Amino acid sequence: MRINPRVANRLVTAGLTFQALFTVSILILIIVIIFVKGFSNVTTEFIFSYPEDMGRHGGIFPSIISTIFLCLLSIAFATPLGVGTAIYLTEYTRESSLTRIIRFGVESLAGIPSIIYGLFGFIFFVIKLKMGWSLLSGTLTIMIMVLPTIIRTSEEAIKAVPKNLKMVSFSLGATKWETVTRVILPSAAPGILTGIMLSIGRAVSETAAVIFTMGSSLRLPTSLFDSGRTMAVHFYILAREGISMEKAYATALVLVCSILVINVIAYYTMHRMIAKYS
Amino acid sequence: MANGRINKEVAIKWLLTLFALSSLLFLFLIFAFILLEGLPLFFKVGTSNIIAGFRWAPTKGFFGIFPMIVSSFMVTLGALVLGAPLALACATYLSEYAGRRTKTILKPSLELLAGIPSVVYGFLGVIYIVPLIRECFGGPGFSLLATSVVLGIMILPTITSISFDSLMTVPAAYREGSLAMGATQWQTVYRVVLPAARSGILASFILGMGRAIGETMAVIMVAGNALKIPLSPLEPLRTLTSNIALELAYATGDHRSALFSTGIVLLVIIMILNLIANFWVKRKVAG
Amino acid sequence: MRTFLIRCIALSALVIFCTTCGFLSGPSADGGKRSVSLAGSTSVMPFSEKLAERFMLDHPEIGVDVQGGGSSAGIQACLNKTVDIGMSSRELKGDEKVLTETTICYDGISIVVSPKNPIRNITAKQIRGIYSGRIRNWKELGWIDREIDAVTREEGSGTRAAFEELLMKNENISDRIMVQDSNGSVKEIVATDPYGIGYISLGMLDQRVRALSVDGTVPLVENIKKKTYHVVRPFLYLTLGEPSRPARMFIEFILSRDGQAILRKEGLVPIHG
Repeated sequence: MRINPRVANRLVTAGLTFQALFTVSILILIIVIIFVKGFSNVTTEFIFSYPEDMGRHGGIFPSIISTIFLCLLSIAFATPLGVGTAIYLTEYTRESSLTRIIRFGVESLAGIPSIIYGLFGFIFFVIKLKMGWSLLSGTLTIMIMVLPTIIRTSEEAIKAVPKNLKMVSFSLGATKWETVTRVILPSAAPGILTGIMLSIGRAVSETAAVIFTMGSSLRLPTSLFDSGRTMAVHFYILAREGISMEKAYATALVLVCSILVINVIAYYTMHRMIAKYS
Repeated sequence: MANGRINKEVAIKWLLTLFALSSLLFLFLIFAFILLEGLPLFFKVGTSNIIAGFRWAPTKGFFGIFPMIVSSFMVTLGALVLGAPLALACATYLSEYAGRRTKTILKPSLELLAGIPSVVYGFLGVIYIVPLIRECFGGPGFSLLATSVVLGIMILPTITSISFDSLMTVPAAYREGSLAMGATQWQTVYRVVLPAARSGILASFILGMGRAIGETMAVIMVAGNALKIPLSPLEPLRTLTSNIALELAYATGDHRSALFSTGIVLLVIIMILNLIANFWVKRKVAG
Repeated sequence: MRTFLIRCIALSALVIFCTTCGFLSGPSADGGKRSVSLAGSTSVMPFSEKLAERFMLDHPEIGVDVQGGGSSAGIQACLNKTVDIGMSSRELKGDEKVLTETTICYDGISIVVSPKNPIRNITAKQIRGIYSGRIRNWKELGWIDREIDAVTREEGSGTRAAFEELLMKNENISDRIMVQDSNGSVKEIVATDPYGIGYISLGMLDQRVRALSVDGTVPLVENIKKKTYHVVRPFLYLTLGEPSRPARMFIEFILSRDGQAILRKEGLVPIHG
């Protein structure tokens, strides 16, 4: 039985549209559920007070601070390394076996699952380097984790800078480094920033690597060697142990909102860059 | 004067070289330490006892992870079966049928899906999917099916994104030629565009597999973590990743080494998957 | 040039700031005068947290840091001097006995089912049967024809070790049984699955699950004191050699009347009478 191709076309178009909408609605559903169930519990008190009774009551202030510290520090360390690597790969060398090896290294790092980072961070930073479960161990582990993302996006951003800008700079007598810092980096900044934002998003939602390196102490971390509980870890523990469904949803809402905001900023800066050059 | 500037340039070049090499350093460290902790057990207990062993009772001297290897593959396959067709449909719709405005709204939304933490997926899976399976199909609810559903949703953005990019690189001339010969849009997509993007699409499937097999937190929450190979989709199971995460904090001595050995097996599987994906992509670029 | 310098300075300032913070507070495991660190059994952990909350109210200058990790990890951490106090919910074995044990209380292990489950009593033999995989259906215990969804703790858990020693008697837990890695998550599964069964620390009991009486004895604190309920294990605080002053103060607090009262309120069995 041959279906009229025009009919088939209509059916398939409808089917594909439906599936695309279905997928998007899953996303919307997830966010709506979390919003609806968590909204009533996210008060200023929740954000600024300390957890009591293992998180059954009180707020998540220490977790928010732990998350912020972890993200800021790991990005602070990863950005110079990542952007520096990207600059090196694009501006300071030609394609050679060395660059191929380095790129292979970066791709491999990107493919390693987070539990392996957790394993590595645990045995290397926590145990062998005796840093214990601490902000420092967590930061170093997350730094390695987000490095590939920053390198990739920075490379793309730098490559997208029009060559004539570089040529003009050189013809004016600038050195390579001056060209990089005064011409290329400023132009590539939006793209690099996008990569940084995406990495922050990754650091915020990471759980497996963080729980085994930073630990899960409920206290406010006041030094690099203090343990702490990020929002993702706190949410995981609340949810898994059934300590408090309301607090779990509320934490999830704060978590998802932060990631949404970060992603929106990332998209905004990326579109600014695209608009600028096309 | 000029010398000072040149020296600075040289110094900077060396600094940047060091930065670039740091990635290799980290990769080396990761492999070195995981191998250092996990490899000795392979020699001590015998590789076949670990990879082909059926019993996992590390405090009693049994380190068999075969059921977990099989379970990891089963959930990955399950996730692909459930997620890949949907993701491909999405990508096809986005690239072939959607207008520019729809593209700019839908694509970022899908990438937002990728940004939601895995623990949130796991949590919602426990609250909604597990009881649903338990009531409608039986079994404890924590099962291969639940895990496949949750992982399937989680790999949607990965597969959609890469397939979409793949489809977009198919030259417009292909489509125009087909339409000019009287084919409907679907015939064009089905017989011209999709085959042309085939390698990229397959690569996206493999990368999706890589993501699914490496996922930990969501799996621990919905899989049930039983040690047996599941004989039906309704039975609980344990993956390689869950095994590591469940017992790492508690483990000492040989038990801990066994978890690193599990990590080595996981790494090997993922490296192989990545190599296959890269191979497919190179074929697409070449052919 | 200027921007380069500025960026360098900013970065170095950030790094120096961070490391100074680090050095000022120092790794707390080195017996920092103002903190006590604990790690170990996840069964003991929630109670240590409660005690820590109260202790820090009375002594605001001392910070108490509680981590999980499991009894074995806690013992290791104590042996390695990574923490001040190790928490364990099982007895010490072999070379571990070099540590100083302080029993802070006793805890029963209760077998729990969903409140929707009509069964009230279970024999030790039936428990063994369920967890070894021989008994698979609730109808064998007098309920409906439905598979039993049993949950156990993971290998390395002190609670599981105590459960195996006290109830399994050399039989192995079947590998079809689901595994969760904390009391809370076991309780959560049993609370939401009407056909579930699991074992948790008595101190974790609440109305979301129902504790079964074992061989006729209800798991209550009095029955543990009377020694009619046998499924009991000690909660231990472990120290290596001479503990630091804050650690000693914390342990003294726990052994004091106030500390023991807190534990009793939580459903644990205090050590004195």
